[in-house]
Amino acid sequence: MEHPILFINLLLDKLGVHVPAQPHSLAGYLVQPHVTYTWIVMLLLIVLGALAANSVKMVPKGGQNFFEMVITGIEDFMIGITGEEGRFMFPLIASLGFFILCSNYLGVIPGFYSPTANLNTTLACALIVVVMTHVLGVKFHGIKYVKHFMGPVWWLVPLIMPIEIVGHLSRILSLSIRLFGNVFGEELVLAILFFLAGLYLAPVPMMFLGLFTGFIQAFIFCLLSMMYFAGAIEHAH
Amino acid sequence: MKKVGLLTALLVLGFSCVAFAADGDPKSAAVQFFLWSAIAAGLAIAIAAHGCGIGQGMAVRGAVEGIARNPEASGKVTVTMLIGLAMIESLSIYALVVALILIYANPISSAISAFVGLPK
Repeated sequence: MEHPILFINLLLDKLGVHVPAQPHSLAGYLVQPHVTYTWIVMLLLIVLGALAANSVKMVPKGGQNFFEMVITGIEDFMIGITGEEGRFMFPLIASLGFFILCSNYLGVIPGFYSPTANLNTTLACALIVVVMTHVLGVKFHGIKYVKHFMGPVWWLVPLIMPIEIVGHLSRILSLSIRLFGNVFGEELVLAILFFLAGLYLAPVPMMFLGLFTGFIQAFIFCLLSMMYFAGAIEHAH
Repeated sequence: MKKVGLLTALLVLGFSCVAFAADGDPKSAAVQFFLWSAIAAGLAIAIAAHGCGIGQGMAVRGAVEGIARNPEASGKVTVTMLIGLAMIESLSIYALVVALILIYANPISSAISAFVGLPK
């Protein structure tokens, strides 16, 4: 599918760099929209964080107050799910959450493209979460982490172990495809509505829906990651 | 959009081939692949939306009954309902992804196009 008109692609064309539709080399991959707009999201998040932590006062007000509310809200919510031992995983969850939220909202702006509307980005986020689950399990339980994959009784192991392994592999698929499907479907609906009735401002109600689902999908991704981490940290049956 | 135009043209060819399947039989049978995959993609979304609508309706019913019984817990009930709705919706999204694969990223389509003699 061709992408709609994107600002960075136009900018790169002005600078003389051709953005191929089907990339074949590393340089071709580096100028793809889902890579260049990821840089925009990174820039946005770094600038936002620098602004919020610029002059940290004891009695916060303004931007610092807002961000402190948001961060402590997420942290308390996470401790409620994973328990006190999961506190050190909070930066990963919050970073993923903010990245996915910013990426989802970037696509609603005309002329910009969500990096999460591409399966590569969402697969990367899902792989980070699932690999971290197993790292956490090994870190907290050592070799006894295998007991998480055996059922409650020892004679059901040949049945339960493949089911658990397939379940863990399907977590990668479900996390990535849920986020990708929501954001890409939203962008597809916006493009088609714009093509059908763009002059009558038909995409605008769908943009409101896109704001709503963007927030919900980022929240769901973080919630599921917290639950997977909690499942790896806690003791088996 | 070029792919959509190509698919529509193939559907017209496909339907006419169903009616006049007399000459070049393997090729007309091969073109029907695109016809059936388009029908499958449409049916996938229809059936997924059907099941998703019923499931989400039941989730909202439970949430509304909980709030009616205990209005003070409406915050927690609403958050739980939204989480449940997103989970149910993701099943419909899986069907959407399969439909998109069928229409736009079908791995067999280039082989069949080459066999029939159409451009990829």
